[in-house]
Amino acid sequence: MDGVKLHGVWASPFSTRVIWALKLKGIPFDYVEEDLSNKSASLLRYNPVHKKIPVLVHGGRPVCESMVIVEYLEEAWPQFPLLPSDPHERAVARFWVKFIEDKSLNVWIAGRSAGEEQEKPMRDSSEMLAILEEHGPNKGKKFFGGDSINIVDIAFGGVAYWMRVIEEVSGGKMFDAAKLPRLNAWMANFESSPVIAKNLPDRGKLRDYFVPVRAKILSSSTSK
Amino acid sequence: GEGRGREADRGWPSPFVMRPRIALNLKGVEYEFLEEKLGVKSDLLLRSNPVHKKIPVLLHAGRPVCESLIIVQYIDDAWPSSGPSILPSDPYDCATARFWAAYLDEKWFPAMSGIARAQGEEAKKAALDQVVEGLSLLEDAFGKISKGKPFFGGDTVGFLDIALGCFLGWLRVTEKMNGMKLLDEAKVPGLAKWAERFCAHDAVKGVMPETEKLAEFAKLIMAKFKAAAPPPQ
Repeated sequence: MDGVKLHGVWASPFSTRVIWALKLKGIPFDYVEEDLSNKSASLLRYNPVHKKIPVLVHGGRPVCESMVIVEYLEEAWPQFPLLPSDPHERAVARFWVKFIEDKSLNVWIAGRSAGEEQEKPMRDSSEMLAILEEHGPNKGKKFFGGDSINIVDIAFGGVAYWMRVIEEVSGGKMFDAAKLPRLNAWMANFESSPVIAKNLPDRGKLRDYFVPVRAKILSSSTSK
Repeated sequence: GEGRGREADRGWPSPFVMRPRIALNLKGVEYEFLEEKLGVKSDLLLRSNPVHKKIPVLLHAGRPVCESLIIVQYIDDAWPSSGPSILPSDPYDCATARFWAAYLDEKWFPAMSGIARAQGEEAKKAALDQVVEGLSLLEDAFGKISKGKPFFGGDTVGFLDIALGCFLGWLRVTEKMNGMKLLDEAKVPGLAKWAERFCAHDAVKGVMPETEKLAEFAKLIMAKFKAAAPPPQ
């Protein structure tokens, strides 16, 4: 009864982060694709507080919230460590995960808004990128984790890849490659690295998925 | 030197500043408490937390650690053989504690601090309802997590106790200012008794602000907020 099951949505950056952690650690798992317009009884039972994916079920017990799940995987499966062993470096990594989680809300808001309402979340997203560019850990190395991918890379990977889809779908610009050489290089490194490359949802398919989602949100907010 | 921390603290009223202090007390770690002047950020603070420029910041052996719950985890990692373990040792229990801590910081506390800022009775009631619902969820969680023991952490104060307990002062002020009981023994008996135990704990009593003092501070902040707000249309 020690099997691992992930309830997710293929287009979600949050469930994709968990897939990356599972694959990097070589943890076998079953995957359940959820329909967000028709959430399964199990999902609602496993995550009664937020009713959201991803949910990781291990030995029948649910773990919710993508980065909480990643920390759980790190503790339960020590191979391919995603956190440094030094206490201070761990604190730095966690600091950046929290920074990314808190500030990336602006990216999702930008995806759901238009015109004037979109201006501030776009600016705030750009500011987040500027700070990561300048202060992010392990500057000069391939990844935020140094020579190998760690929890910060996983957290940011979920944001960076989807940000470009959101830019395409919503017509805004958040990522200015000319101003962000470090992050630009990081993206190429991250997205081409073996495990990640095989587990990135197709950009075209993501765009096709989010166009109607965005349209629906915008039309329901204007018809108030 | 070894085993000493330093903390930059502007706010005795701040629940976030309280968290690392409780953790340091649990571990029996001596620390120096640097009070930041209200409205003026010291050079040390700006250097130590250039991204957010906020307190609390823990300085240990000259290196800064920021974000209250990250500091608590750091304290647990850095002083592993002093005092009790703050994070649960079981990964699943750890994930549960982290889940609820995230809920508190992202949903519950913003709702509570939103009560005072709510414009109009309807908005106020909505915020209060969220807080009450949250307490009911937390009561349920307490029952499941403590398994009959005195704290979320079991026999000792742990991560989730610290994460929630730091808000008790503000919860009492909210009760006072709205003339209602939130930590109602009839509705949330487990939490009500837990709160008493938490506040009486040696690691907590010295750093938990008095409700009266906090209420005075809250009135000051509210006055400033109202003065700065645009006049009603």
